[in-house]
Amino acid sequence: MSELERHSYDVVVIGAGGAGLRAAVEAREAGLRVAIICKSLFGKAHTVMAEGGVAASMGNVNSSDNWQVHFRDTMRGGKFLNHWRMAELHAKEAPDRVWELETWGALFDRTKEGKISQRNFGGHEYPRLAHVGDRTGLELIRTMQQKIVALQQEDARNHGDAESHIKVFAELTITEILKEGGKVSGAYGYWRETGNEVLFEAPAVVLATGGIGKTFKVTSNSWEGTGDGHALALKAGGHLVDMEFVQFHPTGMVWPPSVRGLLVTESVRGDGGVLTNSEGKRFMFDYIPEVFKDKYADNEAEADRWYGDQTNNRRPPELLPRDEVARAINSEVKAGRGSPHGGVFLDVSKRLPADVIKKKLPSMWHQFKELADVDITETAMEVGPTCHYVMGGIEVEPDTAAAVGVPGLFAAGEVAGGMHGSNRLGGNSLSDLLVFGRRAGAGAAAYIKASGKNPVSEASVRGASERLNAPFTRVGGENPYTIHQELQQTSNDLVGIIRTGKELEEAIVKLAQLRSRVSTAKAEGGRAFNPGFHLAIDLDNMLLVSECIARSALQREESRGGHTRDDFPAMNPEWRQVNSISAWNGKSVDVIQQKLPSLPKELFDLFELDELKKYLTPAEITSVKGGA
Amino acid sequence: MSAAEKMVKLRIWRGDAKDGALQDVEVEANEGEVVLDVIHRVQATQMSDLAVRWNCKAGKCGSCSMEINGKPRLACMTRMNMFEEGETITVTPLRAFPVIRDLVTDVSFNYKKAMEIPAFAGPTDLKPGEYRMQQVDVERSQEFRKCIECFLCQDTCHVIRDHEENKKSFAGPRFFIRIAELDMHPLDTLRNRKKTAQEEHGLGMCNITKCCTEVCPEHIRITDNAIIPMKERVVDEKYDPIRWLGSKIRKREGIN
Repeated sequence: MSELERHSYDVVVIGAGGAGLRAAVEAREAGLRVAIICKSLFGKAHTVMAEGGVAASMGNVNSSDNWQVHFRDTMRGGKFLNHWRMAELHAKEAPDRVWELETWGALFDRTKEGKISQRNFGGHEYPRLAHVGDRTGLELIRTMQQKIVALQQEDARNHGDAESHIKVFAELTITEILKEGGKVSGAYGYWRETGNEVLFEAPAVVLATGGIGKTFKVTSNSWEGTGDGHALALKAGGHLVDMEFVQFHPTGMVWPPSVRGLLVTESVRGDGGVLTNSEGKRFMFDYIPEVFKDKYADNEAEADRWYGDQTNNRRPPELLPRDEVARAINSEVKAGRGSPHGGVFLDVSKRLPADVIKKKLPSMWHQFKELADVDITETAMEVGPTCHYVMGGIEVEPDTAAAVGVPGLFAAGEVAGGMHGSNRLGGNSLSDLLVFGRRAGAGAAAYIKASGKNPVSEASVRGASERLNAPFTRVGGENPYTIHQELQQTSNDLVGIIRTGKELEEAIVKLAQLRSRVSTAKAEGGRAFNPGFHLAIDLDNMLLVSECIARSALQREESRGGHTRDDFPAMNPEWRQVNSISAWNGKSVDVIQQKLPSLPKELFDLFELDELKKYLTPAEITSVKGGA
Repeated sequence: MSAAEKMVKLRIWRGDAKDGALQDVEVEANEGEVVLDVIHRVQATQMSDLAVRWNCKAGKCGSCSMEINGKPRLACMTRMNMFEEGETITVTPLRAFPVIRDLVTDVSFNYKKAMEIPAFAGPTDLKPGEYRMQQVDVERSQEFRKCIECFLCQDTCHVIRDHEENKKSFAGPRFFIRIAELDMHPLDTLRNRKKTAQEEHGLGMCNITKCCTEVCPEHIRITDNAIIPMKERVVDEKYDPIRWLGSKIRKREGIN
């Protein structure tokens, strides 16, 4: 074998979506040398798929908005399981992160005064989402991609080398985080193009690998959502928090089958679209939960008035948080009131003129026209729930994004947990990745200043190389594609939108069987750009993540946000006090319960006591309020 | 096989930088599928190491660019029902870029060109949050920012498609719209973007055949809205001393 390719950096950022790129910008601005690793081409990360917008309480459309309101909405959306400090930092810093993008060249849609326009979205009290039509994610990733290029141009002028401080390694997969003396020392992986192995020596690694959607059959995620960062962190000794909380976006396409799961943006509802069943009924009025009764209209007249006058009317129930809408759609379909292809109807054609639809929702218009032969300005869309986002993720210190238990490891964006509690509000993902991407870059910079270099040992390199090559050395094993399909079916059937203890137990058994089959899955063909080999590597990550989800879901005997147990249908304040923490013991996943940090008095006081009583135990309320 | 399924014939180019050939396969296709679905089925059942790039499968990321029956297209947005019954569908890698393996090409040319375009230069007297722009003014640049970087326009452009020698001096349609986008940005302060488009990025080599516009999956009017306006104004600037003088005094929207 030829000599191993070696690189040395201050920080390795794994993942080139919004969080990774924002982290890289911050680390580079702090004077560090940064490697950005992307599994696909630069600029293709899943962030491009984000449609609706980025939530930030700039107050451009409704001046009553501020960080406190955004914080409250985020905690309510997450059913108070959020890490309060993350939700606080996020709400406070999101406006600055959006404005900063403008100075890098982003062009958001405008208000009449020329400010950044903001749109309504589920769970947000005021119009809050900065957007560009329904392609906001593309604008974000392109802006940051171009910011990276701008920094490289600056480095070319100042140092004579565009890649002196930031280098993008495209189409490279990291298979292991390396550690020496209990601290991060680098990362190991392979070029997808050649299959050749690569060693990165770096005392700090930022994980920004996104989600886990590809463990499910019906998903809005691209092929990259295989839980790599989650698995890398677990194997490096990190913890995952609250992995049972998986968001099923209520509106994915259901027809044709090849696009089942593809996202239909929430903006359709934010801009006036309504959900109806096969009887033509606007069914969401029947599904307003007790905790939200004072915020959502219980009749069509009031709901429709809200679009024109948000001060004197309650919001339409179509704009309830995503978990509520997804469960409602699921119930309608189960009750036999679904659309012909097993969804419900989402109609904007009777609500807005055709030209307005095309202007406000251009991607949706194209998507339906070109993939389903449906003109959404004339007919209703058929939609149903699709696996969209994982609230759970790497347990981090909120201020620095440092992974708990692994010095030198940082995590931001979807791969990190805690911020969104049991359910994420739409628009809070793009703001999350900006706020915590920046904090992860700054956290890594501060860490390196204090800790210095940490060389990689040859033993670590040998071990990583052996594990990476395993799929080629196996004999007579199965096709990894078959195992992947079975995993996706298992997740959908047994760990999906509605769960039971019995099915979750079945899932854990099934996952163990799949794991033993993966250990014999052989990669056919050569090393160069071989998708069968790539999948064999990714499968290992997906199985690990799936086990965390199933085991955490089995333990949590309540229903909350993105975790619904048919056998424990109610929300239980006792369970709100604990996070599920997953750790890898080398053979399987252990899940333990850990006490959630309690809300400090100043944030506690932002809520009405009556609202807190719906979520907190009397003892908790007494302890914060001091007996009041 | 249910009624919705049928067998289709594909002819797929397989090989690498040194050598390659078209290979015939027959594979199942279901109602509503796109070419990428069928390629994935070939991968899962017959050629597990068939190399193909893809990400979102929704026409939003621009990864699965290839040539289908000789035409540059996104495989995820090309529906199987647009082909005749029994027609053999030929799938080949992008011709303008070097092959890595099978349907995957080396598109690094585009990333090099991106590096050559000077970045957005915002006003130094405005702090973040103080930018004010009218919707009507940002819309022109927004059209170009819809670009998903699939590079189909680059692939089809005959200035470089069969003329490797032109690549050095020609940025291609994707980067002409990037320059136009910055040039039309209401708050960009860098001057002479059109002039450098002409002198450094090969705008003059484009002879407006509109091939790029035709293949753009985002329906960006590359030629009409970016290339032609820039060419016209380059001519103005070159030969109109009064306009040239005006540009030295202050930057106006879209006019240097």
